[in-house]
Amino acid sequence: MGDNVSTLNVIFTEFYYWVTVVFMFLIHVGFCMYEVGASRRRNHMHTLMKNTMAIPLITVTFFFFGWWIYFAFPSGLYWFNFVEDPLFYDPNLVAGPASPLMGTHLSGVNETDIAAGITADGLNGAAIWHRLNGVFWAAFLLFSITTASIVSGAVIERIKMGAFWMIAVLLGSVLWITDAAWGWSAGGWMVKYLGYHDAYASGVVHGIAGGAALATLIVLGPRLGKFRPDGTPRDIPPHNPWLVTIGLFLIYTGFWGFYAACNIPMISPGSIAGQITGETWTTTNIYLTPTTLSAITMNFLMALSGGMMAGYIFSKGDAFWTYSAGLCGIIGASAGNDLYHPNQAMFIGAIVPYVAYKLHFWVERTFKIDDAVGAVAVHGYGGFMGVVIAGFVLWGAPSSPYEGYAVITPWGNFIGGCIMVLLGFVPVYILCKILNSFGLLRIPAKIELEGLDFKGRAAYEAAVAEITAAERAMLK
Amino acid sequence: MSTIGYASWAVDLKDVGAIYPFQGTETIMVVLGVAFWIGWHVLQIRQEEAEIAAEMKAERRDDVARKLIDDY
Repeated sequence: MGDNVSTLNVIFTEFYYWVTVVFMFLIHVGFCMYEVGASRRRNHMHTLMKNTMAIPLITVTFFFFGWWIYFAFPSGLYWFNFVEDPLFYDPNLVAGPASPLMGTHLSGVNETDIAAGITADGLNGAAIWHRLNGVFWAAFLLFSITTASIVSGAVIERIKMGAFWMIAVLLGSVLWITDAAWGWSAGGWMVKYLGYHDAYASGVVHGIAGGAALATLIVLGPRLGKFRPDGTPRDIPPHNPWLVTIGLFLIYTGFWGFYAACNIPMISPGSIAGQITGETWTTTNIYLTPTTLSAITMNFLMALSGGMMAGYIFSKGDAFWTYSAGLCGIIGASAGNDLYHPNQAMFIGAIVPYVAYKLHFWVERTFKIDDAVGAVAVHGYGGFMGVVIAGFVLWGAPSSPYEGYAVITPWGNFIGGCIMVLLGFVPVYILCKILNSFGLLRIPAKIELEGLDFKGRAAYEAAVAEITAAERAMLK
Repeated sequence: MSTIGYASWAVDLKDVGAIYPFQGTETIMVVLGVAFWIGWHVLQIRQEEAEIAAEMKAERRDDVARKLIDDY
């Protein structure tokens, strides 16, 4: 690993990302509480299993091909590239599931490594990737699972689990990581040619997830009873508002880990190998441009506060929308939270959820879209607006430390935001239409009315009847 | 033109200070931020008082109150 400073930096960075991964897992605890709280009692276990089984399915597929996509797609689609730029890394060496660098590795090069084409040094070398590859993979994996989980809440109480898990794998291990390669990597074509800037993933995670959720909802249709005969919507309140709000607070907590995981904690100008001169080490965002952990911490809190304060007023104190507005406030400011002033983060965090809230009810009334948890609004509209606003507020700022990259502009971020939403919407819409045509998308109406926990409930009632009968018999 | 004052990162970071957008507007932003905070209190109190007033005007139902007490 070279000298002691390099060794310390590598092991610190390894530990840093490990901590972020653990924090990010709380997002999924929060999602489970939130969704179960929002669903009705007869659908609890279905809601829980639908969300949680996305975790292992995305994990194994992200190991098999998701991580590879991130390194293979920065210029387009690997076999069909949009630009001619050479890739920063060899995806087969760095992220191929059969690469020795994807297993336990100690930075030396032995016969196994040589046979795989791995050298000691260089961008694809064992010296860089041996310890960090696994924690980078895990951090990106948690982003993947989060992206899919966002869709999960919108479709509760009527989607078949098998259909959702296919959507989750497509979104988590293919689509989002494709947009990350394009617009959320130092060598992505959207960064270089559009100046796309989305430091904490307003569009990269939330915009694409919102697009995918909207596509799913259009094909899936509303829950039975959601709309009155005259077409006006009924409210379907959460069975446990307390569980919903605690879930949202856990999502906030995990979001801290998410923010930290989007940074490179400590890197020298020499390692960046861009235009930055001198010897001053820095923290950077994913694009390797400077920021600080202090900046993103202040901006996270100010955006959250702006969102909650605005949400309380415009929802007239409704707990669900107040906390959702806090989340939407963070999402709205995330694209530029590496550079914003805290006051700017607060104002953006207050404005974005208000617009998203209005859009949610307008879309619900106009297009009969039943988004059970407001996921399209909070993540989709909020994320897209966040990207567009960052284009204006950061207009002219460099998108990259490398020469020849476009600067940040409103039009670059607008086009980028559209790409994010469409990349989630179009493929997922097609998949849902295919699943629907085979009758694999939606639960039959009879079961939807009885509750999706029918199988577990019957077994539960039978077990209760048997054990209580046995105990009563013992009293005689 | 760059809102953060830097159009490229061809700089030595030891010479770089503030990098947030629209430097020079800090005081204005604080004034607006304080207005947002004070305004929030005004709106919140108005909303709360209106809700309480509406509830006070509603017909009193002792059976409802009794049930709520019993529910703990």
